Amino acid sequence: MKVSKCDPRLAKSLIEQYGGADGELAAALRYLNQRFTIPDKIIGLLTDIGTEEFAHLEMIATMVYKLTKDATVEQMEVAGLGGHLADHGFDLYYHNAAGNPFTVTYVTAKGDPIANLYEDIAAEEKARATYQWLIDMTDDVDIQDGLRFLREREVIHAIRFREAVELLKGFQEEKKVF
Amino acid sequence: MDSQWRTYTPYSSPLDPCPPRPKAYIVPPNQYVVFQPRGLRQFAPREALKRGTLWPELYSPYEYGGRGGGRR
Amino acid sequence: MSSVMPKEYYRVLEELQTVDFVLLELSLYLDTHPDDPHSLAQVQQFHLRRQGLVQQFETHFGPLLEYAHSPTTAGWPWAETPWPWQV
Repeated sequence: MKVSKCDPRLAKSLIEQYGGADGELAAALRYLNQRFTIPDKIIGLLTDIGTEEFAHLEMIATMVYKLTKDATVEQMEVAGLGGHLADHGFDLYYHNAAGNPFTVTYVTAKGDPIANLYEDIAAEEKARATYQWLIDMTDDVDIQDGLRFLREREVIHAIRFREAVELLKGFQEEKKVF
Repeated sequence: MDSQWRTYTPYSSPLDPCPPRPKAYIVPPNQYVVFQPRGLRQFAPREALKRGTLWPELYSPYEYGGRGGGRR
Repeated sequence: MSSVMPKEYYRVLEELQTVDFVLLELSLYLDTHPDDPHSLAQVQQFHLRRQGLVQQFETHFGPLLEYAHSPTTAGWPWAETPWPWQV
C-alpha cells in the first residue's frame, strides 16, 4: 500500500470506509453474519467476500495510518481532526467521516435470502459511490490507485451477488443468457 | 467521456446562486452482466492486480477528475 | 525499527500479492461457477506458483501466517517488524 504524502485531511474522509455505514467493517460483518443461514450453495461466496472485506479494512486502515502517522498536532487540528485527537489521539477509531461512531444498525439481516442479497448488492453500489467521491477528493496518485482497486472490487462483488440471486432463482442451468 | 458515463442537466433557474455545472453518473458493467459467461478473456496477473479484476469486460475505469475536474 | 527492507522483500511480496489476487478472483468466480474446468485448472496452476513464492518469502523474511501455521524457525519472528501496513 503506497501513500505519497502526509495528508491528515484526506484521512478524515477516508475513515468513512473504515467505520461508516457502507464501509468495509459493515460489509464484512453483514456477509459473515448472513452466511450461517443462507442456502448452502451461497455460503462459500459469502465467506470469501466477507473475508476479503476484512482485507480491505486493513488497506483503508493502512492508508489512514500512513496519512496521519507523522502529522503534527497542528496539522491534525487544521485538518479538522482536533476532536479525534482529543478522544483517540493518533489511534484509529471505527467512526465515519462526520465522526459518528460505528453502529451495528448499519447491518441488516432479514431472514430472507433474496432480501439479504439485494441488501448486499445495494451495499456494494453504495460503497462504490463512496469510493468515487473519495477519488475525486485526492490528488495523491498512489492513494487514487488503491481507491480505484477497492472501487473495482465493489463492482465484482455486486456481479457475484447478482449471480447468487440467479442461483437461488434456480436459473443455474441457463447461464448463457446473452 | 468514457462510455460508462451518463450525463444530465437539471433545470437551471436565473435565481440559482451558483453557475450551472453539468451532472454525471457512471453505470458500471455489473449492471449488464446477469451471469458471467465462461471463458472471458483475462488481464495478465500484474495488470489484474492493478485494475482490481481479472476480466477486462468487468472493468470499470474511474479517473480522477472524470466527473469534470476532480477536486473542485 | 526503521531498517530499510531490501528490494527483494518488495519484489517477492508484490509477486505474492499478484498470484494471491488471481486466486481470489478465480475463487469468487468458482463460488458461482463451480463446474468450470478451465478455471479449476488455472487455480491448480496458480496454487503451485503460490507455494513456491510463500516458501521463498518465509525463508528470507519470516512467517506469513499466525499461530505457528508457517514453518517455525529459531526465535520468534512474529514479534518482529515490519508489518504490512508499515512498509
